[in-house]
Amino acid sequence: MRGHLFQTLLAIAALWATAATPDAGGDPERGATLYRQCVGCHEVGLGAVDRIGPQLNGIFDRAAGQTEGYRYSSGMQRAAANGLVWNYETLDAFIEDPRTLVSQTRMSFRGFKEQQDRDDLLAYLRTFSANPQNIPESAPTAAAIDHAVAPEVLAIVGDPAYGEYLSGECTSCHQASGSASGIPSITNWPTDDFVTAMHAYKVGKRPHPVMQMMAQRLSNEEIAALAAYFEGIE
Amino acid sequence: MKFNRRAFLGTTVGALAAPMIVRAAGHGGKPRVVVVGGGAGGATAARYIAKDSAGEIDVTLIEPTRAYYTCFFSNLYIGGFRDMDSLGHSYGNLAATYGINVLHDWATGVDRDAKTVMTAGGYNLPYDRLILSPGIDFVDGAVAGWDVSAANAMPHAYKAGSQTELLRAQIDAMPQGGVFAMVAPPNPYRCPPGPYERVSMVAHRLKETNPTAKILIADPKESFSKQGLFEEGWNNHYAGMIERIGPDFGGADVEVDPVAMTVSIDGDVNNVDVCNVIPAMKAGRIAEIAGVTDGNWAPVNAADLSSRMDENVHVLGDAAAQGDMPKSGFSANSQAKVCANAVRGALTGSTVFPARFANTCWSLIETNDGVKVGATYEATEEKIAKVDGFVSATGESAAVREATYQESVGWYDGITADMFS
Repeated sequence: MRGHLFQTLLAIAALWATAATPDAGGDPERGATLYRQCVGCHEVGLGAVDRIGPQLNGIFDRAAGQTEGYRYSSGMQRAAANGLVWNYETLDAFIEDPRTLVSQTRMSFRGFKEQQDRDDLLAYLRTFSANPQNIPESAPTAAAIDHAVAPEVLAIVGDPAYGEYLSGECTSCHQASGSASGIPSITNWPTDDFVTAMHAYKVGKRPHPVMQMMAQRLSNEEIAALAAYFEGIE
Repeated sequence: MKFNRRAFLGTTVGALAAPMIVRAAGHGGKPRVVVVGGGAGGATAARYIAKDSAGEIDVTLIEPTRAYYTCFFSNLYIGGFRDMDSLGHSYGNLAATYGINVLHDWATGVDRDAKTVMTAGGYNLPYDRLILSPGIDFVDGAVAGWDVSAANAMPHAYKAGSQTELLRAQIDAMPQGGVFAMVAPPNPYRCPPGPYERVSMVAHRLKETNPTAKILIADPKESFSKQGLFEEGWNNHYAGMIERIGPDFGGADVEVDPVAMTVSIDGDVNNVDVCNVIPAMKAGRIAEIAGVTDGNWAPVNAADLSSRMDENVHVLGDAAAQGDMPKSGFSANSQAKVCANAVRGALTGSTVFPARFANTCWSLIETNDGVKVGATYEATEEKIAKVDGFVSATGESAAVREATYQESVGWYDGITADMFS
């Protein structure tokens, strides 16, 4: 019943809001704010590239699992093989609860439970899709958002064999298969993202107590070794 | 999936009646590792040795049960947050994917001079390295009036499975306003927060179905794991329901009568409806039979979990006296990976990396009210020594507590994948 009331209010609001975007009916400016929750993994806009997650330019009407060079989870590959195409309905379902739509996706995100949040976010992402309006792309959003790691630290080439041994400390919680439920996937990340995230925990910029504790005793070489192992894990 | 001869042996060997010696010739002269116990320590060790040696080491895992029910999260079954099936895991993948010879049998003897393990099924299995991960057994006479023959009237439910189901059924059959009693164990014991998470889960269950019921804990310990967090949670969620009697008031002076269903604490006789007796613990019996225990536990070297009595025998998890790590599934899993790396290095010359250990224990107090405690550890000459640690804070927001619970669910999937996938 609350949902109906809410929708009625929305409909009334829509009559007032003459600048509402087509289709999704969301507010792209509010969506841009919500998108900050996504930028740890996804870039969008001019020059956006695949990071932990694939880049999101032109996501509307894109077939799932087709970004060249990005290593998708087996779950996403299966969904793609079954013909999943990203449109308003499928994106709405996916960002509400990623694993409900695509089992075993590596997208470790609890989801936006409010319809308005999803509408606003999709209205924002819509501005980076060509169809029907060809909207200019803005600057990419994701790279190294919350922390900077010294270039010489990022440049360390890790030993994947040592990383495999060290990974035993990770796989007590994070699944080597890339499956995720309540604890994020850490497989197939670009090494720069992995190293940046681990150093953010090591120096306390990211707040999680278990991760801070685990990262604090890893040396720069050990973090690089883990990054090298997890980037290449099958 | 890859099948080999040993994988098939694992599925058929139990059916053979006559005793036999498994000879080295049948194994192509490969080094042999026998693992006793298929829990968080043993299953992880077997899996990592087989996986990382890629067929260079012959691994046999002896485990009597065909389906393993995890002790961790079994309190959540009592609370109604998990069903029993969700706690069960098969050994099929260890045999099929990694070629581990999974033998469903009891290890009954160890000849450390001949380096063989005897089983109840009549086998005599040679090893180059033996890994014992037998978990816990109970100390005879630890609780006056109780022995394992009373475990039906007064369940311990500290090995998951039928005992856990029995305890929950007894709670559900309690009369309105009845009394659930717990006799808590002395240190050291498996899963330090376990008894208190269990009390929380029992309270959660009773609050829904039997809100006037009472919970009485007789505890020989002055203090317990995450005490501030549990007591805060009990006040918040279960006010007036739980009474704990510590040693100052006779919590260590307990006698039970499983026929009369009474619990005497410091001479005061309490009539109870359910009594969960969690006795003092010791290493699983095979460790004692193998002659690697000193007192109740098996002392080990921190660097590789090798026994202080025999360098060819390793002891993992709850059974080991290793130093500062709590006896938990997480600890056993962590120790198993260090041990597997060392055993592989000793038998095949692979690189041995320095030991490092970690543990985190999550507990659920009430729906979406999860807490955790964790630490990292290193190997010293004397013991596994704590490096750093943390514990959830009292007064945390509901959102943090819910996230902690969600994280524990993810951890369950993670560690069981690390053991069995």
